[in-house]
Amino acid sequence: MNAPQPPRMPDETGVPDAMDFMHPALKANYGNWKWHDRPRPGVLHHVANNGDEVWTVKAGTQRQMDVATIRKLCKIADEFSDGHVRFTARNNIEFMMTDEALVDKLIAVLDAEGFPVGGTGNSISMVSHTQGWLHCDIPGTDASGVAKSLMDHFHSEFIKEEMPNRVKITSSCCQINCGGQGDIAINIQHTKPPVIDHDLVAKQCERPAVIARCPVAAIRPALVDGRPSLEIDEKKCICCGACFPPCPPMQINDPVHSKIAIWVGGKHSSTRTKPTFHKLVAAGLPNNAPRWPEVAEVVNKILAAYKEDGRPWERMGEWIDRIGWPRFFEMTELPFTKYHLDDWRGGRSSLNTSAQVRF
Amino acid sequence: MTKKMPETPLLDQLESGPWPSFVSGLKRLAESDKNGPYMKSLLGQLEHSYDTRKGYWKGGTAGVVGYGAGVIPRFSEVAEEYPESSEFHTIRIMPPAGMHYDTDTLRKFCDIWEEYGSGLICLHGQSGDILFQGCTTDNIQPAFDELNKLGFDMGGAGADVRTSMSCVGAARCEQSCYDEGRALREVINANLDDLHRPSLPYKMKFKFSGCANDCANATHRSDFAIVGTWRDDIQVDQDAFKTYIAERGRKEINDQVINMCPTRALSINDDDTLDIDNKSCVRCMHCINVLTKALSPGKDRGASIIIGGKRSLKIGDLMGSMIVPFMKLETDEDFEKLVELSQEVIEFFAENALEHERTGEMIERIGLAAFLEGIGIEADLNMINHPRTSSYVRLDGWDEEVEKWNARKAAKAVEAAE
Repeated sequence: MNAPQPPRMPDETGVPDAMDFMHPALKANYGNWKWHDRPRPGVLHHVANNGDEVWTVKAGTQRQMDVATIRKLCKIADEFSDGHVRFTARNNIEFMMTDEALVDKLIAVLDAEGFPVGGTGNSISMVSHTQGWLHCDIPGTDASGVAKSLMDHFHSEFIKEEMPNRVKITSSCCQINCGGQGDIAINIQHTKPPVIDHDLVAKQCERPAVIARCPVAAIRPALVDGRPSLEIDEKKCICCGACFPPCPPMQINDPVHSKIAIWVGGKHSSTRTKPTFHKLVAAGLPNNAPRWPEVAEVVNKILAAYKEDGRPWERMGEWIDRIGWPRFFEMTELPFTKYHLDDWRGGRSSLNTSAQVRF
Repeated sequence: MTKKMPETPLLDQLESGPWPSFVSGLKRLAESDKNGPYMKSLLGQLEHSYDTRKGYWKGGTAGVVGYGAGVIPRFSEVAEEYPESSEFHTIRIMPPAGMHYDTDTLRKFCDIWEEYGSGLICLHGQSGDILFQGCTTDNIQPAFDELNKLGFDMGGAGADVRTSMSCVGAARCEQSCYDEGRALREVINANLDDLHRPSLPYKMKFKFSGCANDCANATHRSDFAIVGTWRDDIQVDQDAFKTYIAERGRKEINDQVINMCPTRALSINDDDTLDIDNKSCVRCMHCINVLTKALSPGKDRGASIIIGGKRSLKIGDLMGSMIVPFMKLETDEDFEKLVELSQEVIEFFAENALEHERTGEMIERIGLAAFLEGIGIEADLNMINHPRTSSYVRLDGWDEEVEKWNARKAAKAVEAAE
């Protein structure tokens, strides 16, 4: 009798060595670069200490790619960039070349195949986004669709460098905000407490863990129709949805009441100013799949004001710091409400504790 | 009978426009022989989500032999209507630092995922994983085995060390202040047990950026950020600076460089050379970003360690805060020290954080002084914006702490003299 085959144990090799995959010109000049410039939008030109030169062409992708798309990009890379590519944190693809003469030819091919060339310098780069309805277990909206709709809208700003500085847009399909901080962030904001399916709570949820998860201690244990369940103090509930991942019967997503909010002025870098969190400017926008036109309209207004009034190198938040929030709300024609006043911990630091006023 | 393409009037609207369409990709897969029935079903469910504005995936348990994390299980809540895609799991795979690929590897990914999965690959997820999206429970193990044989390993998920990310760094950037790729690989690969077998209070993310531009978004998006910097003076090519003035004019250089310096450390000399007050410079990178041919980081390069960044859940957003203002990252010993620090912090986090509490939240709860004591690091002026403003504090250990400070200062003076 044959002994049962033992299962294959993984080779616990960890992160592979990037040198095995890197374009040969990058590998040869690793740590030895001297300066760079941008000959045109979508193209970077790096010069090494020994005089070696590399041109990089950056193009947008749909991030979630089918194998045919990846194979098409591979074919292009074989023809132009010695069979090597890299991807950026914002899901753009980069082709590296040592022959400047290939740059225009590659751009023509990428244009013809529908991959927009751009995303460099003071452009609007690809929306960094999350999984949404395609794969997430707690999404209030889609992510790929929002990103696609917005990038269709801002395509002309992706392929040009005409903004004051780079614009990083993020989108997130729940308030956990996997999309991260952004010059503009487009995030789900629930407006009603979760609806509890009491039949399922005892079966699916570890109740103490759910109670502990609530940031405002609004959840307590309860007996409902003789069964152990949970109840919510709806006056305390901030509708954040934090209880939903550990307890799916706490249904937070709602086709009508899960709205979209827009935040501005987030920045990760320590360049010039210290990193900043994005701030709420608009809320209550409908989750209007498949194209989210109301969201695009507000984002458009904000970007138009920034483009017109921002000075070179000012990021969105730095521009607003200079002109002040009264002017920002005036220029964007957005309503200012009591909900813009921060009452979370540390919120007092967002108040104007001075005699300085803008008119 | 061949399964029919589902009607997708809403998703169809995402096929027009100049940006590449993920819907067209899903449809290509739905029309393929290999992945057709699976992806037709998936398209149907996604259209249903667009129609009803709700998601229909739930988690569960799925994984590979030997590891406790890395597969994101997804079971459909509407499997009766969309049976073929009732299991649509993701396998997270760690890419090389800097996300470099050769086409041979990418094609092998495609072949494997066409064979065992849906044919849909996300490059990359928000933590930096290659996401192989859409796979049945039975196919997880064979798909992972093939990827693993190719030299790729599972990424993190849940309460563990997560897959990491770096900027392009030394591979193609003159502003890189340390070897980001090496640092990432050494730190993550030294902590693989905590990455593959979740046993921490909550997730622990490392991110690597070569300078303060922080292209890896490390300061906010990681618990442990390694951000490049330097200790000596900015390198200046005065001839190149003069050329910038000649080409762009004094006003533009004043407006866009000199006046944007956050610590007023720059001015133009009468002969159009640049004067830098390096003692006031905070290494923010702005002037170097604008004048790439004239300015570059100093030669005495290394990294800062910034700890505690995270998004809103549960106590609100936190930026990471400065913990190690400077460490060299050149020799094998330097990298060993970084790895040791990473393990020290993971260990302290594992022992002291509450369930579902991130590193930054733990520090917020126990205070920075307690955290520093726990990981064996002394308080440093670069850790603060300003000293405390509250008088509600017990100071009965003051004299002792002053003695320690003086002793450290004396020791540094001896070190400097040697």
